[in-house]
Amino acid sequence: MNKNLPTLEGLACPIPLPHNQKIVLGHGSGGRMSYDLISRIFFPPFDNPILKAGDDAGVITIPNNIYDLGSKLAVSTDSHVVTPLFFPGGDIGRLAVCGTVNDIAMMGASPHYLTAGFVLEEGLDVGLLCKVVDSMRLAACEANVQIVAGDTKVVQNGKADGLYINTTGIGIIPHDVIIHGGNAQPGDVVLVSGSLGDHGIAVLAARGELNFETQIVSDVAPLNGLVSTMLATTKAIHVLRDPTRGGLATTLNEIAIQSKVGITIFEDAIPVKPAVASACEMLGFDPLYVANEGKLIAIVDKNIADELLSVMKDHPLGKDASISGVITDQPADHVTLKTTFGTTRMVDMLSGEMLPRIC
Amino acid sequence: MCLAVPGKILEIYESNGLLMGKIDFGGVIREACLSYVPEAKVGDYTIIHVGFALNLIDEKEALETLALIDEISNQEALE
Amino acid sequence: MKFITDYRDARRVHALMDEIARTIHHPWVIMEICGGQTHSIMKYGLDQLLPDGLELVHGPGCPVCVTSIEMIDKALAIAAQPGVIFTSYGDMLRVPGSAGDLFSIRAAGGDVRVVYSSLDAVKIAQENPEQQVVFFAIGFETTAPANAMCVFHAKKLGLKNFSLLTSHVRVPPAMHTILGSVNNRVQGFLAAGHVCSVMGYWEYTPIAQKYQVPIVVTGFEPLDITHGILYVVRQLEMGTYYAENAYSRVVSYEGNQPAQKIIRQVFEDCDQTWRGIGTIPSSGWQLKSEYKDFDAVQRFQVQQIKPAESPLCIAGRILQGLNKPFDCSAFANQCNPEHPLGATMVSSEGACSAYYRYGRSQ
Repeated sequence: MNKNLPTLEGLACPIPLPHNQKIVLGHGSGGRMSYDLISRIFFPPFDNPILKAGDDAGVITIPNNIYDLGSKLAVSTDSHVVTPLFFPGGDIGRLAVCGTVNDIAMMGASPHYLTAGFVLEEGLDVGLLCKVVDSMRLAACEANVQIVAGDTKVVQNGKADGLYINTTGIGIIPHDVIIHGGNAQPGDVVLVSGSLGDHGIAVLAARGELNFETQIVSDVAPLNGLVSTMLATTKAIHVLRDPTRGGLATTLNEIAIQSKVGITIFEDAIPVKPAVASACEMLGFDPLYVANEGKLIAIVDKNIADELLSVMKDHPLGKDASISGVITDQPADHVTLKTTFGTTRMVDMLSGEMLPRIC
Repeated sequence: MCLAVPGKILEIYESNGLLMGKIDFGGVIREACLSYVPEAKVGDYTIIHVGFALNLIDEKEALETLALIDEISNQEALE
Repeated sequence: MKFITDYRDARRVHALMDEIARTIHHPWVIMEICGGQTHSIMKYGLDQLLPDGLELVHGPGCPVCVTSIEMIDKALAIAAQPGVIFTSYGDMLRVPGSAGDLFSIRAAGGDVRVVYSSLDAVKIAQENPEQQVVFFAIGFETTAPANAMCVFHAKKLGLKNFSLLTSHVRVPPAMHTILGSVNNRVQGFLAAGHVCSVMGYWEYTPIAQKYQVPIVVTGFEPLDITHGILYVVRQLEMGTYYAENAYSRVVSYEGNQPAQKIIRQVFEDCDQTWRGIGTIPSSGWQLKSEYKDFDAVQRFQVQQIKPAESPLCIAGRILQGLNKPFDCSAFANQCNPEHPLGATMVSSEGACSAYYRYGRSQ
């Protein structure tokens, strides 16, 4: 564009103001301000040639050896609406990258590319946005993925809790990997990669409504590295899933229904950090239902369980891994828990929101 | 009506005209009202329900009860 | 966790269960009248460890479940009004009234907030002087000190924008109703440990004598519950009936005097409607005249709504120990935690909810 010619934003805003401090509606209008925002805030951290081509779509070259790598793609999308935006151990940006990376990894796929769509609230501090974007950069680096396409919209003040992020991810599933929720078989063993409930309690504490303090930090992390290590050890992994909202209990119920099996978990073999257990006691929560963002469940052939457990424990994201349950054929579609007393009870899906109780 | 959890008193102070305390529930810290346990001291354990201390926990009684229960258990072991 | 882990010790629990099995020679029906104890029994499957012939029934011990539908409807009406911040303990948000619950009021734009402590509600009132803040003060005697203190404190602070929607229930009148009923099957009671930590257990001595029923003050952890059951069984087998204490680390005979003092200053006895059971005389507490200015029912113009309960719901019979949840035709069909017909399915301490979540396979 010839810099000597006058530019015209259009009827909405005839003179584009710098607006260095806060996001305004003009940033989402698609004009000069949007262009500036994207060039200044998003392109530098998400530095890759696909994104920087600046076209309407990111163009990915399919490698010549694609059929050697695998002939199936895994695609996943997730929208992130967490409050507060920053919490101990993470932030919405890290969550947005890791959440989708993990969903791809749970199919046994190696994630390669992400898209990132932003809905920004008018009035959002640009410095804060930069922090979120930088956090995404770091998480993407950790996960070895590139952010290759994006979108930005701005909504009126009061309509977006600061910002919302949607990420979509693509990964390639290797030929010899068959991992899905319908694949659990009676006799299989359930492994958990580490302590439960850290993320949910950390975010609840950060929200401040219940006025408690704790040293617990969110476990939000990209799990694709751990999954690759596990798959390098064995292909006898039947199901992988990350127990996010609804916790371990809800995730296992979903798998029990998909695979038409029963699942029994052992109370004494479910890792929970003491501070998380204490927070749950105080509020009347059950750690089985509290969200995790850096943990996975693996349902595997019992013959390789011990070896896999050992490999997981050697990985930084699996050091507290545990064999926590078994797959049975009855009662099908249900999850039961063996208590420390040897008694049995059902473990249902989470129903509605978890509320602190007085009883 | 009954979710009350043991916690250790870390600090005692007045706030807004009420006797309050910082309570440690084992890695989780929350404020609670100590108006109903005016005799409480830092280091005491108390039972907290919806942000209020209902009573101090009598450690001596606790140990005696456990000892009583263990006596019953040991009697059973002897039989 | 101090004062928790020891009381979840499997070896000790099994040893006491064995002792119960050795002690019992007749069938007995024991009632616990505390939602927290129901929850603990179901969560740990303690009923599975009891010897045959010993039946545990769950009484109306969940304050969320027994709050009358009229009171819920009043709460919904107040929460829906503009300029009101309606604050409540978490478990009340899902309790169904005649048409909807507090969650649906929030979804429609009402400012409904969960608080952990009643003092948080007072703080909200101080921070929002232009709005009316209402606190939904429900509970048994355990929660009364907290509910009394918030209005006592609000009055001292001279707050003009704070009020209480009160629905308190008391255990002893409920025990009289159950034990005095012609259908009564209950032969022994576990008294609610935290209720007694406030009130003591002197109120239970005359009840034990009148109905010739042993009453044992019991805590909430698995070992406490097993301990309480053992003491009741011992008395039943010996034919004695007195109030005794199996939760002495927290409970004394007289109870907490400063707490009882504030309760008596703020509240007075009143008749109370228990959802599913009906009106029990002198079974509730209401604000005394000196605190009537803080009564939300007086402050807000609430229309009298004709309450409508589901005809399928037998919560009342369940709350009195006359039926179990799986006796109900709607249990796990039309009535489940996502779509509760009655309050015993809503609160996680309600018998129906506990049976659904933990023991549906029975």
